[in-house]
This record gives sequence, structure tokens and C-alpha cells, in this order.
Amino acid sequence: MKFALFTGCVAKGATRELMISTLKAAEGLGIDFVEMKSASCCGAGVIPEKSPLLTDALNARNIAIAEEQGLDLITICSTCQGNLKKSECKIDADPGYRDKINGVLREGGHQYSGGKIKVKHFAHILATDEGLALLRQKVKRPLTGLKTAAFYGCYVLRPSELSDFENPDNPTGMEKIFEALGATPVYYPSRIKCCGFPIVMMNKNASLDMSGNALLDAIQSGADCVVTGCPLCHLSLDSYQPEIEKLKAKGYSIPILHLPQLVALALGHSAKELDMHKHIVSTDGAMAKLA
Amino acid sequence: MATFRIRRYVPEKQSEPYYQDFQIDTPSGTTLLDCMNEIKWTQDGSLTYRMSCRSAICGSCAVKVNGHATLACQKQASDLMDGDGVIVLEPLGNLKPVKDLVVDFQPFWGKLDQVKPYLQPDGPAPEKERRQLPEQFADIDAASTCIMCGACYSDCNVLEVDNDFLGPAALAKAQRFVGDSRDEKTQERVKALSEPGGIWDCTHCGECVERCPKPARPFDRIKEIMAVALEQGVHNNNGARHALSFTKSIKHSGRLNENQLPVESVGFFNIKGLLGLIPVGLRMFLKGKVPPIIHKSIDGVEDVKRICRELDK
Repeated sequence: MKFALFTGCVAKGATRELMISTLKAAEGLGIDFVEMKSASCCGAGVIPEKSPLLTDALNARNIAIAEEQGLDLITICSTCQGNLKKSECKIDADPGYRDKINGVLREGGHQYSGGKIKVKHFAHILATDEGLALLRQKVKRPLTGLKTAAFYGCYVLRPSELSDFENPDNPTGMEKIFEALGATPVYYPSRIKCCGFPIVMMNKNASLDMSGNALLDAIQSGADCVVTGCPLCHLSLDSYQPEIEKLKAKGYSIPILHLPQLVALALGHSAKELDMHKHIVSTDGAMAKLA
Repeated sequence: MATFRIRRYVPEKQSEPYYQDFQIDTPSGTTLLDCMNEIKWTQDGSLTYRMSCRSAICGSCAVKVNGHATLACQKQASDLMDGDGVIVLEPLGNLKPVKDLVVDFQPFWGKLDQVKPYLQPDGPAPEKERRQLPEQFADIDAASTCIMCGACYSDCNVLEVDNDFLGPAALAKAQRFVGDSRDEKTQERVKALSEPGGIWDCTHCGECVERCPKPARPFDRIKEIMAVALEQGVHNNNGARHALSFTKSIKHSGRLNENQLPVESVGFFNIKGLLGLIPVGLRMFLKGKVPPIIHKSIDGVEDVKRICRELDK
């Protein structure tokens, strides 16, 4: 399997452990990721606040780069996934708009065709029958006994017409991956909620209450760790966790893992190799379950 | 045969809500509201809920079905059963239950009032009506379809933690007037909507788009107001500064500068805001998680800069 890897900004910045673990997971699974080094930011739902046209032009350029490589584009961030899909859908629905965007791209040597490649989150390719069979085949250290709670990230679920999950109100893709790795999925209502990260600069109390409610739900449902496919959710749930009053009041904490870290652990990598010591919340408790 | 597990709440009889099961047939073509009526008319006349038009026009019958807000008259019951044939009905969220499935809509209406949901034109009234071209109406067409059912309000993730948020329905209604070619108070409106509790407190969860039974799609309307606010120069708030800093970063390097964004979002002279960034910054620094100080551009950044220049023209 060979794909164009759209890293997104945060995997190269504040969550570099995501990038490291993605490459290790891919290597262990025999997946060939070709990093899209000239791809730009997806806009993260923020650039459209200033200019929807700029967002769509940037994402058309991003998808065009993967089209030129002849490879499906794989994201490792729910937010990148949702925003790339949103632009793709908008451009595909309006040939006049596509021509306008291609007019902007022309001088740079890129042209967006549409329909030539697919835009998929890493979780989507792992949650297919083929992906799950590959995981089962490659697992070296089954994550037996580890109770894992998925946290999907809004942008891979909503709006549902852009989601690749069969039932975005009750998705099972991440949980199927956990089972294939030998872990025990924990189903809890907040797994499809918002982490609050987009408003942490605007309304911090509300943002931390949102992440706090979700984490409390996961903890009270018996999870040993929360696993997310979105580095922005990771920042909210991990980096800000010591400030979450709802958890502080109860003396709770819970480790937050990136999905590729969980995969790479099951493929035999150590926590250190996956930079899990760089997390704000210690992952030792979860790792002890695997000992 | 389906089991309707309905959350009952009759405060004058019992202070705590409870769930009651009702079994009924759900022949093909039966809407959820048909089933609720059937239960009320044949099994328990005290079951209380709002309804009127049965045609997804009046917006009265929104309830939570299996945990998510929906218009009861717009969905087929057979599509909503789980594997055991159960459908769970609860009152809308983020509003106080009054009895069974009826909630108190007062906060919802109060927030609609706050956005001044009426035309504010300047000058004397014309002899005939205030006219609008079809292409001008297109800008407010989507927001005009809102039937104020409260489904978006019920499932809004911000309202679950912050009652001061205006919420998706009021903000969609605000766009109906911010975008109206005949309204003359755009600047005042976007200034008010940029205050805490307004547009910049939307967390992008997309629940409102998902639950909206019409093409109103509140999240999309909120984004449209943000664009107008930025265009109108209403920049003195964290949300606007965040959007401008983010865009500047992409224009400069093709990718987000995560070190610059928080500082520029709170503002260089906002001492309290800057101090608030220290705990998370320090934690990340000590763990080696701070993004590289020297911000690297993407390969071929010149092309992205060219695109930005071209679109800025």
C-alpha cells in the first residue's frame, strides 16, 4: 500500500510524537507513505473565517499534488481530513468554481481534476477489512487488557455527508482497530463530542469544561487511556489536562494516546521509541496494563 | 413492533425523571410523531409533547431520539430502531424540561431577541416595499429556512458548558440580517456579535449542521458572519486576532506558526491573556513539546505566497 502523506501542521510542531509514531506504524505495517512536503495547511476551519476562496484554493492545490503523484491522500488529523474533504466537495459540486480555482493555481503548475484520488484519514484505511486483516497479521504485542476509549474528533464525523464512517453518530471504526490490536474498546457517549480546542483562545473555561466532561466520561466508563486520531484533540486533552478543573476536583487524570502510537505499540515498539514520555500526562499507567 | 423508551417527567408527582417503555407497531411509512400520537391516544393520554403541523414546517416536535435532536415528524420510526427494536425519546438538551418531552424555550427565545431579529433600515420607509434582487436574497436564503425548532440549540456542545453562548439558532438568525442587503446596521451587528458569547465562541463541533432539519446549517452561517466581521474591521477580540494571525502565518510560510498564534490571538498588550498562556507553554517546554523556534516554510512556499497575493488583489 502506497499513499501520499498529508502531515498537517501540528504533527510537525507541537505533536511531533504523532509524526514519529505514524512513520513507525506505517513501516511496521508495510505501508509506504510519501510525505507531501510542498502541501500547505488545510486552513483548519480558521482560514475560511477570513477567506473561503483562499481555503479552497490551498486545498485544491494540496489535492492536486496527490493527484500528480497518483496516490490517495492520507491525513493523520481529523481537522485536516474534514477541511480537505469540505473543499473537495465544494469544488466538485460546481464546475464554474473549479475553473476559477484552477485559474488561480495555473501559474504554479498545478491543476485540480477531482475524482482521481481519495482523501482518507489513516484510521479509515486501517478500519477497512483489508486494514484490519493487516493489523491482525502484523501485531507482535497484543494490547490485551488495555481498555481504550476512542475520541474521534468532530471533523471526521460532521457534517456526516463528508464522513467516511458508516454511522457518524455511532461510529465503530476506531473500536474495530482497537480490537484488531488486542485492546478492549470502551464505548462512552462523549467519544463523538468536541474537545473544545477551537475556542481555547476565546473561551478557555468552556473549552476546558468540554474536554473535562469528555475525559470524566471516559474515566467513569473504565478506560485506561483515551486514543485520538486528531492532534488538536490531543493538545486539548493532554497538554491542557492539568488545568481542567473538572478532573482536578476529583483528582483524576488519564493518558491520551495518538492512534498511530497505539498501533505502533502493538507492533512491538516501546513507549520511549514513540516519544510517549513527551506527553504532558504520564502514560505509565496505561503501559503498566501491558506489562 | 418497536419499544419506545420515553423519558417521563411529571414534577408535581415525582421529582426525578424516569423511563417508561411502550410497545407499538411501526408499519412502513409511520413517522416518529405518528408513533408518539399512537402512544398518547391509545396507551397513555398523559404523555406530553409539543406538535402541530406534522409537515416539518412549524418546528414544534423536536425531541432527542437515541441521544440526538431531531424533528419527530420528519423521520421514519423504522429507521431509528436499534438492534433490539428500541427507540429512546428524551426532551431536547440544553433547555430545562417542564413535563415529559416539553422543555422551557424561554432562554432560546431570549437569545433570538438579543440578536435583534428584524430589519433595521436607515431613512424613511419607501412608498412601496423594500425590494431585493434574487442574487441578494441568495445571501440570506439558507438562514431564512430556519423553523426555530431548537434541534441545533439542544445538541450544541458549547451550550452544554456555557449558558452565555448565544447558540447556533440565534447566530443563524443574526446572519439573516447581517447578510441582508436592505439592513443598514451591519457594523453594529457584527460588533455586538463579536462580544463574548457570540460568533467566536463557536467550537466547530458541527452538531448544529448535523441536527438542523432545514438547509439553515447554523455553523456555515456563523462562518459567514465571521468573514463580515473581519471585513468590517472588527478585530479587537481573540477570535478575530486568531483568524488574522492564522491566515498571516499561512501566507508567510504555508503552514501554521504555533508559537506565534497564541500570542497574537490574545494580543501583545493583553498582560492577563499573555500570563494565561504561561502554564501550558511551560509544561510543553519542559517536555520538549514546544514547536521549533525557527519556523520552517513548506517546500515551494513561493507558490502559496503567489496564490495569496493573487486572491488578495
